[in-house]
Amino acid sequence: MGVEFIFPEFEVVRNENRCIACRVCERQCANEVHTFSAEKDIMLSDETKCVNCQRCVSLCPTRALKIVKSDCTLRENANWQNDTIKEIYKQANSGGVLLSSMGNPKPFPVYWDRILINASQVTNPPIDPLREPMETRVFLGKKPAGIERDENGQLKNNLPVHLELSMPIMFSAMSYGSISYNAHAALARAATELGILYNTGEGGLHEDFYCYGENTIVQVASGRFGVHEDYLKAGAAIEIKMGQGAKPGIGGHLPGEKIVDDVSRTRMIPEGSDAISPAPHHDIYSIEDLRQLVFSLKEATQYSKPVIVKVAAVHNIAAIASGIARSGADIIAIDGFRGGTGAAPTRIRDNVGIPIELALASVDRRLRDEGIRNNVSLVVGGSVRSASDVVKAIALGADACYIATAALLALGCHLCRTCQSGRCNWGIATQKPELVKRLNPDIGCERLVNLMNAWRHEIKELMGGMGINSIEALKGNRLMLRGVGLNQKELEILGISHAGE
Amino acid sequence: MIKEGQIRIPSGCAIAAVISKEGKRFSGEMITEAMKPMHDRSNGLGGGFAAYGIYPEYRDYYALHIFFDCRDTRKACEAFIKERFEIVKGEIIPTRKIPSITDEPLIWRYFVAPLKSELANLQLDEKEFVARTVVKINSDMKGAYVFSSGKNMGTFKAVGYPEDVGVFYKLDEYEGYSWTAHGRYPTNTPGWWGGAHPFTLLDWSIVHNGEISSYDANRRYIEMFGYKCTLQTDTEVITYIMDYLIRVQGLTLCEAASVIAAPFWETIERKTDIADKNKHIYLRGMFPSLLITGPFSIVLGFNGGLMALNDRLKLRSMVVGEKDDRVFIASEEAAIRTMEPDAGNIWIPAGGEPVIVKVKEGAY
Amino acid sequence: MKRIFVNEDWCLGCHLCEYNCAFANSGLTDMTDLKGKRIYPRIHIEGNDRISFAVSCRHCTDPICVKSCIAGAISKDGEVVKIDKEKCVGCLTCVLVCPYGALAPNENGVMQKCELCLENSCGEPACVSGCPNRAIVYEQRGE
Repeated sequence: MGVEFIFPEFEVVRNENRCIACRVCERQCANEVHTFSAEKDIMLSDETKCVNCQRCVSLCPTRALKIVKSDCTLRENANWQNDTIKEIYKQANSGGVLLSSMGNPKPFPVYWDRILINASQVTNPPIDPLREPMETRVFLGKKPAGIERDENGQLKNNLPVHLELSMPIMFSAMSYGSISYNAHAALARAATELGILYNTGEGGLHEDFYCYGENTIVQVASGRFGVHEDYLKAGAAIEIKMGQGAKPGIGGHLPGEKIVDDVSRTRMIPEGSDAISPAPHHDIYSIEDLRQLVFSLKEATQYSKPVIVKVAAVHNIAAIASGIARSGADIIAIDGFRGGTGAAPTRIRDNVGIPIELALASVDRRLRDEGIRNNVSLVVGGSVRSASDVVKAIALGADACYIATAALLALGCHLCRTCQSGRCNWGIATQKPELVKRLNPDIGCERLVNLMNAWRHEIKELMGGMGINSIEALKGNRLMLRGVGLNQKELEILGISHAGE
Repeated sequence: MIKEGQIRIPSGCAIAAVISKEGKRFSGEMITEAMKPMHDRSNGLGGGFAAYGIYPEYRDYYALHIFFDCRDTRKACEAFIKERFEIVKGEIIPTRKIPSITDEPLIWRYFVAPLKSELANLQLDEKEFVARTVVKINSDMKGAYVFSSGKNMGTFKAVGYPEDVGVFYKLDEYEGYSWTAHGRYPTNTPGWWGGAHPFTLLDWSIVHNGEISSYDANRRYIEMFGYKCTLQTDTEVITYIMDYLIRVQGLTLCEAASVIAAPFWETIERKTDIADKNKHIYLRGMFPSLLITGPFSIVLGFNGGLMALNDRLKLRSMVVGEKDDRVFIASEEAAIRTMEPDAGNIWIPAGGEPVIVKVKEGAY
Repeated sequence: MKRIFVNEDWCLGCHLCEYNCAFANSGLTDMTDLKGKRIYPRIHIEGNDRISFAVSCRHCTDPICVKSCIAGAISKDGEVVKIDKEKCVGCLTCVLVCPYGALAPNENGVMQKCELCLENSCGEPACVSGCPNRAIVYEQRGE
């Protein structure tokens, strides 16, 4: 205590008039915030342990609990803000790198929120999706330069292998290990039911989930955890992970305590050992090396799977994407700086990378300028939060979106951003069996399907309003977007006009 | 005021077309008359015609119709053309002075043949070379605008009502086997002659009624292949798409129609003819960004025929009729009745169903 | 017949079912009125730190409690096993014979058991609707 003391960030407010001392909060808090005093017959709380995950709040049957931000504050200082000072205290205590989870929470501009969508009035009709067909099916993969005909003059199907999605959304990479078995089960089952894909992340594919292979993207990351021939052949596509929006330029670190029985087997590493992914792939130090890996993976799977290359949105993303588009890859996935993570150094998460909206706009433009946009499909992620974000991304030029944080929210995540602790009270970012079981995949799958169906309806409504009845007519249709409160440079990069123009 | 090309201007329209399947030539008076009953579909801010078979004596030369804003522009542009083409004839296009058409630019036509040395030098085929030259003049040369560039065909357009434009250009003095017409109802007043329709590239001409919602998706895609959409109009982008699909990619008219007005997936899935089904799945997978959504009815003219097509939801009117060797197409049946009171077999093509009329081989 | 089924895989041992049961059968209008009271639920959680599950009356096809009740207080009403509180003498024989431990006395020593919330204000089993992880379900299976 003393100099090491940092006042708790949250207060547990218990309405004593409502609390019936049922002790549900106590049983549900893996952080052991709540305890029951038999002597006084009341519930007590230790706020120093609270991470504000809202599990107790959600389960309290009498709504006796709320968690509020503590108003115990340091003297106000616009330069030395509370969080900044507290981080210094923490580092002075520990001597360590600060760790955080989920996406960058800092008040950087959210460009999605400064872009508005068009609708038809008078000169052409809006289309009612409840009465007319409204198509959201997309194909991902490269397109040949020209058609070919057989000896009878009939068109030959010369399209390379591609992915078909019922709507332009996929669940993005979250490894088994960083999230639980039940979370993976829910994602895999929902993707199958929805006709979309989910992504294994870099932790391999649990043997129970091979049956969802047609709706699975298997990832190959720098640690190569869980990568073997059957794994590569199990999925519908292979993703090479070069980087991640939350932590561009560094690898991953899954602490040994999460490498339990099944996780260890799936990752093919000893139980309890730390799983450390190097920052680079040590066989890829340049673009030509990437090309080799792309073709190695294609060789290993007899050219039957599209290869995705996933990169973090960084400053020269357009040039990088242009290189990848010529590497033989079929799909480029770009992850914006708001993208989530199970654990990342705070400084990196909060300060490295660029917004996905700008990265997407400049990559799409660059690939078109170079006439190579057809070489690849573009998938973007890194904080796609709603159906309108999806519509804006497609109109800016994406073929599809990756969502992960939104999917986790559907599974129960309350964005407390302490995944790194491994004590996720919602059974998502944990390997503790008693916590993992809190996520019933039946419910999880149902909620993911609900969320995606809801978004699909909203996407159709937005498209119908614009008089567009197929998603391909929205792709790259930037005329359907206008900016508000953006400066000339931002508009130029986004390739859109300002509202009123 | 921002001019066409600097801003996208949606507009409603009237279209009409007539073609002789026997290749018999007739004057432009009929098509001019056809636009009269559809007067209210235009607002006097643009009208135009495309005529096929009108220059038989120059049938081997590209006929460039060009607007110039002044004499200096013309001189500069002529110099540029001479670097690339042999000009066999250059003349002012004859017009009638009428009170309803004013402020006309300099309107010239040139019959030209590409210099063989240039073609060899650039390793381009003739059509590609002409197309690139047209795109270059229109995007780079201020004050000059090529509005027609095909062989043995020509476009005539102006700011005004189409029936007046026909009189202005003396269309009664030309004879062609195929005519298309357009009256425009733009939603603001650019008053620029280049903005009137039809829009053409090589011998493709398009008259279009509608406002497509896929415009920017189509534009940004087609611009990857060397086209520049300087006018920001639907008609322009549709012309380029048809040129790309048919001339560059080598699709048939029917296949191209299946790309731009693709059947819905549910329709494709119901198809029992597997080859037909696979063809549609392939075309949608191959050219997704060339699907055109939103209302349109178009008539695509070309040497030896035309194709009429509606968007897949049939959000714009279009009627077809026949009499003897002639086929008539118009936004309204009244226009067909004006051209031929006894036209029979009047029908309304379904959305996405192309109506292709070809002139007898050797008759044009 | 629709029955209550439990799945120990998803039971969190949170004991919410007990409180929801007690409240549903209490006649109270606000759950907070349970404050300071000892509850007598008709469902209870069995288990330890690793595994837990809810236990309540199975509404047996041939209920041994009905046969053994010396006062004739327990009967089958259709498929549902019910207790007539007026007749119960509190002899606890039913507790002895029930293989599931599904019966227990209320605060007045009168026997009570799960009657599927059919006659209280809840209308459907409160333990089911209140279970946060679908570990207790109310459904018809294989009949």
